[in-house]
Amino acid sequence: MSRKSKAKGKANGAVQKVVRFSLDGKEVEALHSETIWQVAQRHGTSIPHLCWLPEPGYRADGNCRACMVEIGKERVLAASCIRKPESGMEVSTASKRAVSARSMVMELLLADQPPQERAHDKQSRFWRQAKEMGLASSRFPARKEQEIPSADFSHGAMAVQLDACIHCNLCVRACREVQVNDVIGMAHRGSEEKIVFDFDDPMGESTCVACGECVQACPTGALMPASLMNEAGEGARQSERQVDSVCPYCGVGCQITYHINDEKIAWVDGREGPANQNRLCVKGRFGFDYISHKDRLLKPLVRRDDAPSKETLLRNLDRSLLMEHFREASWDEALEAAASGLKNLRDKHGGRSLAGFGSAKCSNEEAFLFQKLVRTGFGSNNVDHCTRLCHASSVAALMETIGTGAVTAPFTAVADSDVIVVIGANPTENHPVAATYFKQAVKRGAKLIVMDPRGQALARHATYMLQFRPGTDVALLNAMMHVIVEEGLHDSQYIQAHTDGFDALRKHLRGCEPEMMAQICGIPPSLIRTVAREYARADASIIFWGMGISQHVHGTDNARCLISLALMTGHTGRPGTGLHPLRGQNNVQGASDAGLIPMVFPDYRKLDDVAAKMRLEDLWGKPLDGDPGLTVVEVVHAIHDGDIRGMYILGENPAMSDPDLAHARGALASLEHLVVQDIFPTETALFADVILPATAWPEKEGTVTNTNRQVQLGRTALAAPGDVRADWWITQELARRMGLKWNYDSPADVFAEMKQAMDSLDNITWERLQKESSVTYPCKGDSLAGEDIIFSDGFPTEDGRGRFVPASIVPPDELPDEEYPMVLSTGRQLEHWHTGAMTRRAKQLDAIEPSASVSMAPRDIERLGISAGDRIRITTRRGTIELATRSDPAILEGMLFVPFAYVEAAANLLTNPALDPFGKIPEFKFCAARVEPLSSDAPESLAAG
Amino acid sequence: MAHSSNGQHTSKPRPFPKGRQTPAQARDDIVVLLGESERNKEFLIEYLHLIQDKYKHISAEHLAALASELKLSQAEVYEVATFYHHFDVVKEGETPPPPITVRVCESLPCAIKGAGRLARELGAGLNAERVRIVRAPCMGLCDAAPAVMIGRRQVGSASVESVRAQVDAGLVDIDVPRYPRLQDYRAQKGYAQLEACRAGQRTAEEVIEMLTKAGLRGLGGAGFPTGRKWSLVREHPKPRYLVINADEGEPGTFKDRFYLRSMPHRFLEGMLIAAWAVEADAAYIYLRDEYPDAYHVLQKEIRVLEENDLCPPGYIQLRRGAGAYICGEESAMLESIEGKRGLPRHRPPFAAEVGLFGRPSLIHNVETVTWICSILEKGAKWFIDQGLSGHPGLRSYSVSGRVANPGVRVAPAGISANKLIEICGGMAHGHTFKAYLPGGASGGILPAKLGDLPLDFGTLDEYGCFVGSHAVIILSDKDSMPAVARNLIDFFKKESCGQCTPCRVGCEKALELMRAPKWDQQLLDELSVAMQDASICGLGQAAPNPIRSVQRYFQEEIS
Repeated sequence: MSRKSKAKGKANGAVQKVVRFSLDGKEVEALHSETIWQVAQRHGTSIPHLCWLPEPGYRADGNCRACMVEIGKERVLAASCIRKPESGMEVSTASKRAVSARSMVMELLLADQPPQERAHDKQSRFWRQAKEMGLASSRFPARKEQEIPSADFSHGAMAVQLDACIHCNLCVRACREVQVNDVIGMAHRGSEEKIVFDFDDPMGESTCVACGECVQACPTGALMPASLMNEAGEGARQSERQVDSVCPYCGVGCQITYHINDEKIAWVDGREGPANQNRLCVKGRFGFDYISHKDRLLKPLVRRDDAPSKETLLRNLDRSLLMEHFREASWDEALEAAASGLKNLRDKHGGRSLAGFGSAKCSNEEAFLFQKLVRTGFGSNNVDHCTRLCHASSVAALMETIGTGAVTAPFTAVADSDVIVVIGANPTENHPVAATYFKQAVKRGAKLIVMDPRGQALARHATYMLQFRPGTDVALLNAMMHVIVEEGLHDSQYIQAHTDGFDALRKHLRGCEPEMMAQICGIPPSLIRTVAREYARADASIIFWGMGISQHVHGTDNARCLISLALMTGHTGRPGTGLHPLRGQNNVQGASDAGLIPMVFPDYRKLDDVAAKMRLEDLWGKPLDGDPGLTVVEVVHAIHDGDIRGMYILGENPAMSDPDLAHARGALASLEHLVVQDIFPTETALFADVILPATAWPEKEGTVTNTNRQVQLGRTALAAPGDVRADWWITQELARRMGLKWNYDSPADVFAEMKQAMDSLDNITWERLQKESSVTYPCKGDSLAGEDIIFSDGFPTEDGRGRFVPASIVPPDELPDEEYPMVLSTGRQLEHWHTGAMTRRAKQLDAIEPSASVSMAPRDIERLGISAGDRIRITTRRGTIELATRSDPAILEGMLFVPFAYVEAAANLLTNPALDPFGKIPEFKFCAARVEPLSSDAPESLAAG
Repeated sequence: MAHSSNGQHTSKPRPFPKGRQTPAQARDDIVVLLGESERNKEFLIEYLHLIQDKYKHISAEHLAALASELKLSQAEVYEVATFYHHFDVVKEGETPPPPITVRVCESLPCAIKGAGRLARELGAGLNAERVRIVRAPCMGLCDAAPAVMIGRRQVGSASVESVRAQVDAGLVDIDVPRYPRLQDYRAQKGYAQLEACRAGQRTAEEVIEMLTKAGLRGLGGAGFPTGRKWSLVREHPKPRYLVINADEGEPGTFKDRFYLRSMPHRFLEGMLIAAWAVEADAAYIYLRDEYPDAYHVLQKEIRVLEENDLCPPGYIQLRRGAGAYICGEESAMLESIEGKRGLPRHRPPFAAEVGLFGRPSLIHNVETVTWICSILEKGAKWFIDQGLSGHPGLRSYSVSGRVANPGVRVAPAGISANKLIEICGGMAHGHTFKAYLPGGASGGILPAKLGDLPLDFGTLDEYGCFVGSHAVIILSDKDSMPAVARNLIDFFKKESCGQCTPCRVGCEKALELMRAPKWDQQLLDELSVAMQDASICGLGQAAPNPIRSVQRYFQEEIS
């Protein structure tokens, strides 16, 4: 029973019928899905509109009645935004009746608007509409003073002034249908009708996640970015210039437009990119002021001769000590110091005594240059980046089984899915815009299966929520596969045509009855059976996973199980199906593709692939090391062992992001030479010998590749401040000073070279990116769109077949015991990006999550005899932190969740550096811990600050 | 180890996730209240009733617990709870209402009989800690104005003394009406017609033809031919639903209340025949919350039907409204049954194609289906012959206002107001016939000199009026026409759902303009036209009718 043959046509849509009707006396044609408004617009007639927003995701609601038209002999007028033409219909957009009704609607609304000169948005769509209709005032009496809604400035990022609200409902649709956050409602009725947050709560105290979609949609200025308001609550959405770019935060890759006034980013709007369709999250909309934070590095710094020893930093890693350790230097001096330090170590101890950590926050071009410097300038493959800490195990499993390191389908493929599995991922926090598509799919009728030890916002939308015991993924997934095989729900034809190793897997699964696995994972056998059947039987099922899968010593095994699930049911390569590890960083896909990985060359070509090696050696004119380099955590060990003596770290913060920080920071302190290139004096930078100040994302140009394999162009919005330089320029200067003859003029130059090294970029040119902003790889022609869904006919493995790799149950490395009875898991928060270097310096993001907290089950907090918010101490075998508690019913009893963004309570002081043997990824998601309450009179100095 | 934060802020983190948390106690309360049955979002309004009935208000804690129990967001439950006037949402720190609520009808038939003064005096004369006075729209006791509801008890011809006596006596629950029970009804050949249909002695086509020939029309107000409606619904694929609109809220209308209380089985049998004819998967009855006695009767008799195998258990779904006139608008009613705010839908598509839960639906008024059995028993010709020439059939006129004996009068279609006054014993003592509303609050106002017009669908178009639900309110020389019009517009303002601008803002602004001793007639004219032309549903389209009627027939009172 191969499903390939019955692939559904959903993606292509039904064939459109054409309707002929008369528009203002002219015979016109309309597609069956078009409204009168859309047809009129297409024919050059712009009908006034307020509640209709012709943007993706916005349903016409027809409530404002500003777009009325007259239809033939119909008794009443019709709202053109929602009414579809029918054959033979006679529509008049300009009849006297229609025009006066539209005008009366505007006049009614005008009566209660604050006057334009005191408007919250002087440039609002409402006022522009009124002007076009020749209206500036109203003959109707305004409402009474006591009936005017008061302002709500409780949210730092958004100003709510409902005196300008026209009840058009766009914010409700924005919140509920576009972003599906469901915070805004229209409460009460009639003239008392009112936009509310939750139970008519102040916005800042509500469940609002500040995605700002409502602000972008509001046509009156009732909802505005607070940054544009003066003290009287007046402002205007008006910008001197606009620059289109990409968001610098997560792997979703939202396209944005910077609005710039006075050479500052005034506000940011979402743009119609393939991944975001105008949507943004709180970071992408309100998280850009970090670039002008006072901590910004503006001059090169070199370590002072009289600096305290680096070891002192291990006791007190305080950024205020920066200038005790460093002094300003010229670029020349700093570059020379940086390069010569590396060069001397290379010349004295060999290339393998150096290592480089590149950045998934930088562009593809910068990543490519970085790895080229390490491979050709340092002379080894000791280059890695944060992929090691996030999806290395997923990539290992994907490479091993289906020969790819990327997703097989974009997250937008859920539009065609019947069943969506989200496991070990919390997309509403970590991939908020991707999550909007999942939630929309559920609204459409798709079934959502969420599997995670931790509850989450998506659970409310889930058809099934499986809160299994942490670390028991393989047991749960094997049990599901057992059910599928036992009940014959697998796709024999697909397995036969496209895979190898099924028999071994089938044998392996025999011992994995749900009844037995249930005892391990804690999910009832009947529920395991139900979700297994749902996944297998659906026409189109898709799997998404995140760090909950990958950050385990059995991370590769976890991913193998997911891949096996998809392969045995044939749920890949068709619309609505696939395997999608949700990539974390904005450019972790691109940085990996570009070769910031120690065991492969760019495009994942193996080091022992002679042809690949020769191709690069020819291109670069340098011999390359054929042995794998060291991974992130291995580098730390190698420093302690004295094998690595010097490092170049670009835009990474291992002093916060590595597991077992005391150990990692000790390594950084003991390096003979450390060059750090960043925008802020990060915790890692404090250990440096030379700090090179680099441009932030809005100040540079370059491409990034998101989780969907979409290569997108970021454009320069602002000039670089102070004496900072682009990362590619700095890397090139170091390379030159280490003896390499590089001569790139721009990122476009680098991109051209990348194309020579990476077939994945075929048919994607710089010029094309400038024109289209985004092209998906692989792409089969320079005028063809890239391929969203891949592997419909086999896999890029040697024999073209996918492989089943059975996974056995491996327990977490460090299980709870009497001394450390709880399970600690770490991760991110919606507002904070990774180690917080950027987001904790963004005013609004910092205001929402100002300091560290540990989320715990309410009963566990009670058991400690304390109240939510009281501080506790968490101790593991590696370290101790003290922080406030957060009572969260989503947390299972016995579990702790600590976000790792906070230096004052750095979660990674606690985490276990035990590695997955294949992906070399540390087990951030599981270690044993104990907690104790802190007495309430504990000195405040223990708190942040 | 003193670390410095990266950021500028060093304030404390929130002790809880964002937004309002649900206390465990509230969660337990809701779980107990909802029982063990499967949670279903479509029952949101029913669940809200459970909370309101038990606690006499809905606290924010309970509302939050209900949201999380139903996997709905807080905004989703709050907007529904606050849309309906019979739910008292009480936020943290607010005082819950007193245990007893007395609703005083302020709609026109009651208003002209002193409801305003009654409400004021009751407010002054009762213990505010025990009783609150709420002004409310029509509760279907227009023939016993002024009407009040004490708790769930409907009280006609209310006075301060009678209300106080009943409050003091604790009489706050319904008065169970007397009506023929199943065995009585069966003794009169009850359910024979339904059984004949089900046994195949009649086909649906035959019944449709019979009703078409009889000229039976939708008596909720629109007058759509019943037979044609059935045929239309049958054209669309199954599953299909039957929905009974028992949300009779048009001021002055009380005929459905009369039928539900006095002959529930005749109504239920007609309903089941309609359901049979369109092969409905389920029959929903949406009953206004102002009729708790009718709710009691229906609830009981539906169970009796199930026990006697006249319909499968659960086939008839009885749903309670919650105080919203707009839910009598059929598409708003569908929204309300689905557990949402009662916002009218855009048409097309019509309910026959896309109705309840998106399925083809046959929607009928109570009276309409109540006639079905009589027509099947006695034949189409009998029904036609009951009407006046050119106006086939019988109608139930709710006559209220300044007549001697107001009440439901079953009379020929096409009868005139003058004739109805006569049937009702003439004008009330001391009153001279001045004007009448032929179709409740929405149908416009006619002067006495047009008292001989035949009252039927379509006959009043040229006079700017319509007969609608056949609620005839008789006014006298004691009534000020601008005041009457203001009462009506005030009603529409309070009952507008708020969805579209012309109705939401239009009613509000119109009322302001009408408060002037001299109306701005030009502006009111323009506004009226826009409301009629551009409102989404019948409420907004008809709301300006009283304004236009007063302008047309009683110019001297406004200029």
